[in-house]
Amino acid sequence: MFIDFFYKLKDHGVPVSPTAFLTLHKALSQGMVTSLDDFYTVSRAVLVKSERYFDLYDQVFAHHFKGSELPDTEGLALDEMARALLEQWLQHPKEIADALGMDEAELQRLTPEELIEYFKERLKEQTERHDGGNRWIGTGGTSPVGHSGYHPGGMRVGGESRNKSAVKVAMERRYKDYSLQGPLTAAMMGEALKRLRHLRPSGPKDQVNVDKTIYQTMKNAGEIEIVFDRSLKDRLKVMLAIDNGGWSMDPYIPVVQTLFDYARAQFKEIKTYFFHNTIYETLWEDASRYKKPVPINDLVRRDPETRLILVGDASMAPYELMAQDGSIYITERSGRPSVACLQFLAKTFPHSVWLNPVDSRQWRYTRTIQIISQIFPMFELSIDGLEKAIAHLQS
Amino acid sequence: MSESTFTGASRYVLDAELAQIVNVSMALEMPLLLKGEPGTGKTMLAHAIAESLGMPLLVLNVKSSMKLVEALYQYDTLTRLNDSRFGDSSRDVSDIEAYIKMGKIGQSFAADRRTVLLIDEIDKADTDFQDDMLDVLDQMEFDIIEIDKTIRAKHRPVIIITSNAKKDLSDPFLGRCNFHHIAFPDPKMMRKIIDVHFPGTSTALVEAAIDAFYGLRQIEGVEKRPATRELINWIRALQSDPDFNPKRLPKGDLPFLGVLFKKSQDFEQANRQVQRRARY
Repeated sequence: MFIDFFYKLKDHGVPVSPTAFLTLHKALSQGMVTSLDDFYTVSRAVLVKSERYFDLYDQVFAHHFKGSELPDTEGLALDEMARALLEQWLQHPKEIADALGMDEAELQRLTPEELIEYFKERLKEQTERHDGGNRWIGTGGTSPVGHSGYHPGGMRVGGESRNKSAVKVAMERRYKDYSLQGPLTAAMMGEALKRLRHLRPSGPKDQVNVDKTIYQTMKNAGEIEIVFDRSLKDRLKVMLAIDNGGWSMDPYIPVVQTLFDYARAQFKEIKTYFFHNTIYETLWEDASRYKKPVPINDLVRRDPETRLILVGDASMAPYELMAQDGSIYITERSGRPSVACLQFLAKTFPHSVWLNPVDSRQWRYTRTIQIISQIFPMFELSIDGLEKAIAHLQS
Repeated sequence: MSESTFTGASRYVLDAELAQIVNVSMALEMPLLLKGEPGTGKTMLAHAIAESLGMPLLVLNVKSSMKLVEALYQYDTLTRLNDSRFGDSSRDVSDIEAYIKMGKIGQSFAADRRTVLLIDEIDKADTDFQDDMLDVLDQMEFDIIEIDKTIRAKHRPVIIITSNAKKDLSDPFLGRCNFHHIAFPDPKMMRKIIDVHFPGTSTALVEAAIDAFYGLRQIEGVEKRPATRELINWIRALQSDPDFNPKRLPKGDLPFLGVLFKKSQDFEQANRQVQRRARY
C-alpha cells in the first residue's frame, strides 16, 4: 500500500527509510488511520523527520492524492507526454483518435505544433486520476501513453478540489518558510547567529587537567607528567573583509554586518574592512573606500591566529584578478596581481574562509570563483554554509 | 486503542493534528520528537499529557556535559565511603545496590505505573549521548555495571523528546522517533491560548495586545523573537497597570517592551522600529 507514494517522496528528495515505512504500516494495521486526513498527519509524523521537508511532503502529498502540480518538472513532463502522444499519433493515427474520442480527419488538419498544444489542452482538462476509472492515461497496456514507461502517478494535471481537507492543507504549503536554502536574509538572523556562536574560543593550553595528570603520572609509574588544557578565557579575534562595490553585493552587506555586530561581545576584537571585487595592496576601513586605507602588508603584524572572513561574490573579469595592475581603479597600481595579494593573506592568516552569496551550484561557471576558492576555502553565505565555515574556522 | 487517548488538558490548547500524532506515537510505542520555536509549547505538551492521562511526569533536563549513565543511575560512592568510614548509617555497606540511585530514565523504567518521560532539549547533548539513549529507550532496558543487574521497564513510558535546534539530529536517532514540528500559533490559535490563561480579561485588551504582538514579531534582525510566554507576561503587565488603555496599542504606544524583548540589542531595535511606526 502506498508504495508509489513512498517512492515519490524518495524521488523528490525527502529522506524516507523503509523502517519508517513499515512503522507506518504498523499504524495502518492498528486501525489508527481512518481517513485521508489521518493519513496525512500520521504518515508525516512517521516518515518525515525534519520540518525542512514538510513543504516538500505537502507538495508530494497534494500531488499524489489529488494530482496537483509539482514544481520543476511540470512543463517538461507535459511536453514529453504530449510528444509521446504525437509520436504514437504519427504511427497509429486511427488508434489514438479513437482513444481520445476525436475525429481522425479533424486531427489530420493540424500542424504538429498545434497538435501538441491540443493534446496538452486535453491533458489539462482531464480531472480524474489514473486509478479513478478513466484509464486513458494510465497503466493499462492498451493505453496510448502509459506504455512508454511513463510513471502513471507522474501525470501533472491540475483539477478541481475533491474536498479532501488534508489535501487542501497540504496545498497551502504552510512549511515553506522552514527550508534553509537560499542566501542569508535578515529574517534568518537569529538562526545564523546561533551558528556563529559556535565559533568558540580556543586559547593557549595553560590549564592543568588534574584527572589526566594523575592518569598520565600513574602510567609513567609515578614520574609526574602534567597535562594542560586550553584556557577557556581567551577569545578570538576576527577580521571581516566585505566586498561592498557593485549592486550585486548590496542586499548582503547589512545582514553580514549586523550578524557580526551582534556577535561582537563573543569576540576579543572584530575589525571590518571593505574592498571592491578583489583585494589589491589595500583594504579600507571606511565603507566609501576612500579615507582610511590599510595596506595589507601592515596586517602581518596582526596575530596570525586571527580568523579572517571574506565576504564577496568573487565574480569579476579574470584580468582583475590575474593581471598586474588589474584594478579597475587607476589609483590602485601596485605591481602585484590581486591573486598574489589573496595568497599572501591566506598565508598570513591560516584560519580564513570566503563566504559567497552566489549559489554554490553556479560557482563552476565563473572562472574567478574557481580561482579564489582554490586560495580560500569557500562556503555559501547561507545558514548551512555558515555552519560549515564556522566548523572550518574552529579547527 | 489501549488504555486512554489524549485529548487536551485544562491549561493547554491542543490542535487536532498534534493530538493525533501523540496518540499514534503512544500506540506505536515510539518516542515523539518535537521541534519548533521556543515558546510553542513543546515542554508544556508533556505536562498536558501527564495531566490529562493521570500519569506521573518525569523530566530529564539535558545538559551539555551530561553522560548517559547520569540519566540512568548513579552509584553514590561518596556516601558509601563515608558509611564505611564512620559506620553510622542504617545502610549495609557491603550491599552496593543500596548506594545506587536511579536517574530519570531509570525511575521511569522502575515505576510501578506507566509514566510520561519528558527529555527536554536533547540538542544540548552530543550525538553519542543521543544515539546511546535511543538504544536504551529502544531496548527498554539497561545494565547497572556495578552490581551486574539489568533493569527492565515494567511499563513502557510515554516518551516526549524536545529539541530547539534547527539542525537535524542524527539519522539513527530520527529513525527511531516520530516527528512533529510545532509551528508558531496563528493569531486565532493565540487568542484561544490567551483565553485559557486569562479567562476574565476584556476582549478589547486581548485583541489589541495580540495584534500588536504579531506586529512586533515582524521586526527583522532580532535575535530572539518574542514567543507565547512573553505575550502572556506582557498581557499580565498591561493588566496590572491601572493607567493603561487598550486603545493606545494600535496607535503604536507600546509600554513594557522589555517584557517582550529581553536582549538589549533586540530591545533597542524594537524600540527604534516602534517609534518610527508611531510617527506615521
